[in-house]
Amino acid sequence: MNVHQSAVPILVVLAPLITSFLLPVVGWRFRPAVFPLTLTALALSCAAAFEAARRVARDGPLHYYLGGWAPPWGIEFRIDALGALMLLMITIITLLVGIYSKRSVLHEIPSKEVPFYSVFLLLVAGLIGLVSTADMFNAYVFLEITSLTSYALVSIGSGAAVVSAFRYVILGTVGAAFYLLAVGYLYGATGTLNMADLARLLPPLYESPAVLVGFAFLVIGMSIKMALFPMHTWLPGAYSHAPSAVSALIAATTTKAAAYLLIRVMFFVFEPRFSIEVIPVTTVLGWTGALAMVLGSVMALAQSDLKRMLAYSSVAQMGCIVLGIGLANAAGYTGALLHLVNHAFMKGGLFLVAGAIVYRTGLRRIHELRGLSRHMPVATFVFTVCAFAMIGIPPTGGFFSKLYLMLGAIEAGNWVFVAVIVLSSLLALAYLANVLRYLYFPRDEDGGEDEAAAIPIPPRRHTAPWTMLGPMIAVAAGILLLGLFNGEVVDRLVVPALPAGLDAREVAR
Amino acid sequence: MGLIEGAAGQLNTVGYIVLMMIGFYAMTGKSNLVKKLVGMNIFQWSIILFVVSLSAKRDASIPIVLDGHGGGAAPVLDAAQYANPLPQVLMLTAIVVGVAITGVALALLLRIHRQFGTLEENELLERLDASSGS
Repeated sequence: MNVHQSAVPILVVLAPLITSFLLPVVGWRFRPAVFPLTLTALALSCAAAFEAARRVARDGPLHYYLGGWAPPWGIEFRIDALGALMLLMITIITLLVGIYSKRSVLHEIPSKEVPFYSVFLLLVAGLIGLVSTADMFNAYVFLEITSLTSYALVSIGSGAAVVSAFRYVILGTVGAAFYLLAVGYLYGATGTLNMADLARLLPPLYESPAVLVGFAFLVIGMSIKMALFPMHTWLPGAYSHAPSAVSALIAATTTKAAAYLLIRVMFFVFEPRFSIEVIPVTTVLGWTGALAMVLGSVMALAQSDLKRMLAYSSVAQMGCIVLGIGLANAAGYTGALLHLVNHAFMKGGLFLVAGAIVYRTGLRRIHELRGLSRHMPVATFVFTVCAFAMIGIPPTGGFFSKLYLMLGAIEAGNWVFVAVIVLSSLLALAYLANVLRYLYFPRDEDGGEDEAAAIPIPPRRHTAPWTMLGPMIAVAAGILLLGLFNGEVVDRLVVPALPAGLDAREVAR
Repeated sequence: MGLIEGAAGQLNTVGYIVLMMIGFYAMTGKSNLVKKLVGMNIFQWSIILFVVSLSAKRDASIPIVLDGHGGGAAPVLDAAQYANPLPQVLMLTAIVVGVAITGVALALLLRIHRQFGTLEENELLERLDASSGS
């Protein structure tokens, strides 16, 4: 087998990995160098991801054999169209959050920036490795790197953060243990760990109990990791107590990485017909996703804390992605992938704004934010764009992902799902419009003068610094661009990432 | 009868499921956080034991080739004579990951105890409510 190897896949992951171990050494002697080094690593990784995506579009999948050992014996890094899409999303978001985190970290966790950035980069390396690797066990190791670093980052937060982090540890480990068990079963059945090799050896074994049990454990494990509805209990506490930059980062990326792994195994390691026909996993996932969309939105509606509300909204939106996977047709799959990328941007953006509000005013409760638009016009604008995307209002990217999901549901002839997508959009409108009402209108509905209740702005921090505003504006611009150039994005990034068993012809715009 | 015979043939599967359920019970049924952590460890270890047990073969030896190095032409090996080394190597990595998780969890428990003065979940919840209410 003569495959052209390329070093680009490994460069993307090495930049943050090596820097993460360099940082404690450098920071011990010269602390001001820590932040520039972090940014350099993230920017390098982002540039390499763009290069990788360009080459994937030109020459097809990139391969790299670690240590020169050819698969199936050695570990292979492989970036295909799906991997390239995920890489771009992860590196862009982490770069933006990295820039944003400078002042936010100084403010919320002073004098801990060296360990913070070291763990931050390790998390980024784990995420990138997870979407680049073509080895099932290697994926487990990267999955646990992302989980361990997320536990550590969440626990830095104040108040009940430690307790939330501990709950996250217990549930996250159970999820990963199920994945490990699944890898054990699949290895026992086939004797290989390489994904391409598994895809070659598995089809004759589809009826074997070991493969069925392994696959079931894998779906359960990933559902816990991506906080699918009944297994979501770790998420709200973890997201709402973590430091602002961490909330934005893990809300945008870690659950998405788990969703990626599920998609990779369901549609690429196994053939799509396995999870559609042999065991009806897609049906179960579709209904669970629908349930998550409705109940997550209802719980979001009941929250008075801004970050907690956003966290429950994440539960609903992950349900949306899972529903797209569960539809198991080309349009639904396109919608799921698009929504995965869109949601990373919009939820990331919303958490960035929530963090900027905490930085500027120290306020977290929604009803305390009355009239904030006068003090923080840019942040309010970004929040509005992200909220529009979340509801699915046309010029934003969120509209198109919901459109594709809707088309998929109609194609599948499942009118309940169509109703659920509409209902969850309406519920999103309800909980986000509630926040927007407080942000834009300083007065109470009763007509009472509420000037006394206006927000006390600390005098020394009159404006949020450009390092916070820049990334927020970039995220808002990204959401609008994802919407305006939606056709381009779908044609060049999403359609090549369609698995072989799903019909690609029906996604024509 | 068939069930019992089937279970005897799959002793490793039965063993790991029993251990896993013990771990699951400790994680959900106990209110002490340390006991939950112990349960989590039992849960992980049950899976590691199971995967290691996959490498066993009847009448096989340890996977070390005598005269493997520098002995001229490589001897032709019969794979059935040696236990499969790969699951053990993989689980060694999984054990390292498990130790790291236990370490992080213990560090978190230390901080919880320092901050709230208790590791019992019901007392912890009371104190959390009290601190967020005030």
